[in-house]
Amino acid sequence: MLKTFSLGGVHPAENKFSAGQKIEVLPVPEQVSVPIAQHIGAPSEPVVAKGDEVKVGQLIAKSTGFVSANIHSPVSGKVFKIDDIIDASGYKRKAIIIKTEGDEWDESIDRSEDLITEVTASPEEIIKKVGEAGIVGLGGATFPAHVKLSVPPGKTCEVLILNGVECEPYLTADHQLMMEKGDEIMVGTQILMKALKVEKAIIGIENNKPDAIKHMSELAGKYPGITIQPLKVQYPQGGEKQLIDACIGRQIPSGKLPIEVGAVVQNVGTTLAVYEAVQKNKPLFERVVTVTGKSVSKPSNFLARVGTPLNQLIDAAGGLPEDTGKVIGGGPMMGKALSSTEVPITKGSSGILIMPDEMAKRGKTEACIRCSKCVSVCPMGLSPYLLMTVSDKAIWDRAEEEKIMDCIECGSCSFTCPANRPLLDYIRLGKGKVGQIMRSRTK
Amino acid sequence: MNVVLITIISLGVLGSLAAIILYFVAQKFKVFEDPRIDQVEEVLPAANCGGCGYPGCRAFAEAMVKSDDISDLNCPVGGADTMSAAAAILGKEVAAADPMVAVVRCNGTCENRPRITEYDGATSCTIATSLYGGDTGCSNGCLGLGECVDACAFNAMYMDEETGLPVIIEDNCVSCGACVDACPKNIIELRKKGPKSRRIFVSCVNTDKGAAAKKACSVACIACKKCQKICPFDAITVENNLAYIDYNKCKLCRKCVAECPTNAIHMINFPPPKPKVEKPVAESAE
Amino acid sequence: MNRLTVSPSPHVHSGDSVKKNMYGVIIALVPALAASLYYFGLGAAIVTITAVVSCVFFEWAIQKYLLKNDSTIMDGSAALTGLLLAFNMPSNLPIWIIIIGSLVAIGIGKMSFGGLGNNPFNPALVGRVFLLISFPVQMTLWPKPIVSQAHYLDAETGATPLSVMKEGLANGETVSTMMSKIPSYTELFFGNSGGSAGEIAAAALLIGLIFMLIRKIITWHIPVAIIGSIAVFTGILHLVNPEVYAGPLFHLLTGGVMLGAIFMATDYVSSPMANKGMIIYGIGIGVITVVIRVFGAYPEGVSFAILIMNGFVPLIDKYVKPKRFGEVVKTAKA
Repeated sequence: MLKTFSLGGVHPAENKFSAGQKIEVLPVPEQVSVPIAQHIGAPSEPVVAKGDEVKVGQLIAKSTGFVSANIHSPVSGKVFKIDDIIDASGYKRKAIIIKTEGDEWDESIDRSEDLITEVTASPEEIIKKVGEAGIVGLGGATFPAHVKLSVPPGKTCEVLILNGVECEPYLTADHQLMMEKGDEIMVGTQILMKALKVEKAIIGIENNKPDAIKHMSELAGKYPGITIQPLKVQYPQGGEKQLIDACIGRQIPSGKLPIEVGAVVQNVGTTLAVYEAVQKNKPLFERVVTVTGKSVSKPSNFLARVGTPLNQLIDAAGGLPEDTGKVIGGGPMMGKALSSTEVPITKGSSGILIMPDEMAKRGKTEACIRCSKCVSVCPMGLSPYLLMTVSDKAIWDRAEEEKIMDCIECGSCSFTCPANRPLLDYIRLGKGKVGQIMRSRTK
Repeated sequence: MNVVLITIISLGVLGSLAAIILYFVAQKFKVFEDPRIDQVEEVLPAANCGGCGYPGCRAFAEAMVKSDDISDLNCPVGGADTMSAAAAILGKEVAAADPMVAVVRCNGTCENRPRITEYDGATSCTIATSLYGGDTGCSNGCLGLGECVDACAFNAMYMDEETGLPVIIEDNCVSCGACVDACPKNIIELRKKGPKSRRIFVSCVNTDKGAAAKKACSVACIACKKCQKICPFDAITVENNLAYIDYNKCKLCRKCVAECPTNAIHMINFPPPKPKVEKPVAESAE
Repeated sequence: MNRLTVSPSPHVHSGDSVKKNMYGVIIALVPALAASLYYFGLGAAIVTITAVVSCVFFEWAIQKYLLKNDSTIMDGSAALTGLLLAFNMPSNLPIWIIIIGSLVAIGIGKMSFGGLGNNPFNPALVGRVFLLISFPVQMTLWPKPIVSQAHYLDAETGATPLSVMKEGLANGETVSTMMSKIPSYTELFFGNSGGSAGEIAAAALLIGLIFMLIRKIITWHIPVAIIGSIAVFTGILHLVNPEVYAGPLFHLLTGGVMLGAIFMATDYVSSPMANKGMIIYGIGIGVITVVIRVFGAYPEGVSFAILIMNGFVPLIDKYVKPKRFGEVVKTAKA
């Protein structure tokens, strides 16, 4: 029996159309729009003004707090303007718009392909470097990476867990990264281990990627302390809490962080970014994005600069299909439906999923028949049917009592509900309200 | 016979004993409550809508009795009559509050504001708002999912099927403010009802720059400031790309209504347009 | 290009539906239906058709003329109620009684609470128990299997194994002498005995259970809890005094235990939501069933037991929560 997490979970159709597609470098776009809020935490503060010349990798917006991240220019050229544009959030937010001229990189960046295995930086230097390079969780959560690496006093990290699960259907970016950049990820892992002062790292990979498991296992032999943990295919295994449970059998108590059970989780893509930042001095300004969908003529994995408009990636994948009904930033379970194809990709864009019209609409909502399927699939052991009702009726104290804040918004409940009830929609609403109430109480 | 007698006597004694104990207990644990609370509650409308900011009419009555200065307190449902009646009981002064009414500040009908995406989630404005700006180019405007209508306890609102916007039935509106709180876009505002229910307001909350606003909605406020310039009473301010009319300063002269290039300024309950005669002072004297 | 649809995640759905579940249960009932047609022939056919048609009709009529909401007859829940109701009645029941039972089941048992999803009690059982109390004579005349294949109202009737046992014990007989007067366990397993139209063939009902478990329509918790608790409870009694208390196998294979445990108690709407709750609910049904059968006045108690436990479901749901993530395992080393 393969390992997996202990409670609930679903298995949506995998549809990994772009699996095995080599990572293609997308041409540098003529213009990029770099939102200043593309991570969890405080938005960054622009440090360039209209008309400024910038180089690739130059700092254009600096972090404004501990939980915040630097942003670097993805292209070289001139700052065209700083203006509000519609980004993936569906609202107008501030972005730095740069017109590209050539492709001149900052001199400090090592652009060679050589693998540098020797880690010379000290733990403090690594964390500093990761923070400077503006690295955030590339799995989609976009939590600043240096925050996770800074183990709070009084806690010790025992094990580093790398997320190579890619449990979202359709997406293949991490899979392809492991196949092509395995060595870099391994060195990145060594760097993270050094920063966290741990001897042990586990890379969790779901069993639907046997080639990646084989490849990474072979590489792991060369690097001390790294083991590969094949996992049973089960959504949401890529959730931090679920992954820790699956890999080391420890469950994070309600409201606590992974460090509580002595673990730190990083995505494999993030690990590669850490390698590049520490060994090559390259800040985070490009990432691998999967462009996929049932009707997409050429499902692909692209290496694209942050700020590239979506439609450029879609065009490179064969253009927007005729029957498009929905464009999703991210995977189908947790991704965000976008209102336009002009929004730029950000550090958190793991994929672009194009759904044909017939799959875009939800089914008709019917009455709850109390089948209890939502309860049995909830990976957090909650009662989604009840949370939806209390959120709809605005009974916030009960919602808090029923641990609504534990919900990880994986969508397993809405996915499963035979009556097509918008369970997660209401739970999210309730989470927002209860969160507000709890924050106002601590003040 | 004997049995009956014994029963009656013993039960009678038990009953009297219990009554005496109850009497003393009731005396000992008596909670003093100001009788005026009951009296005030009597004159309140018993709608328990929360429009006054207190949970229910009794809580409001308590607040009225307890506070020395009740000029901050107001029962929007009962209005001036109720407040003066309640004040009379307490022998306190009450400031005459102008009657208010809820106003929907969005005119983004399906015609004026074309839909550019389709929303397909739970029928809740709050949920849609947390997802994105809305199914039109305007991220401030009404989503038309009717959360305000659901919040209204006085049957004073309905959704107009044709325009996709909520409509306020003025006669039913008690200005409790439930719809104002319900709207996640802050579109609904309580405004002074005005003489003969006449009032003027900017029916738009879009804060985009002029061109963007106009592109999203043909009747959006484009912040051209023409109204601000023409207003003789300084009632109009343009802030954040949006004009706002202060209802306390507005004298209902209607100059801004004619001036607005996008017809974003609405007037309500004025007589049908006569040949252009403008007598602002006469209007306000009414 | 079409206008893009924007909706909150998740953007995919399992494809499961209320309809699929309801029709899945109906399919799972087909073996039992075949068995009842084999043993009771004409009568079973008339009873089943009448109950299904009248339940669907009443649901349609109530929604159209009283509730004035969208019709849900196509989701299969009314047909399922009719089928289960028919399975809980003797196959020689007059049509007019069946129609009354259907009206009570759908009208009072389901629609008066607001329709599918809101009924606290299993509608088919509400109908069945109403009939049992209102028409005790007609509801306890059991046609004999096989010989009554071509008969309906005129079917030759006999007692069920449970009533034979109950009467015999009441008259001072011992279990072992009574066992010789009832069909063998093999016959009981394949359904060759008197009883309600659909409850007799344990084998057919178990096939239905396996089908539902494979299709993930229900989970194992409720059936296993009921069957297990009845087996344990009657087993203890049997060990205490085998001449007064019949053995577990007798109790499991007779009466409505199999039908109740597999199809009636597992009704989505009137059963608990959490797995632990389901087990408590199942054990409650098992224990009450045995208490009624062994110590009560009625020879059979499954229907009552399920209805009683239905009443406890809101309480169970309130206090028995699913196992929460991070609640039990605390292996963090400081």
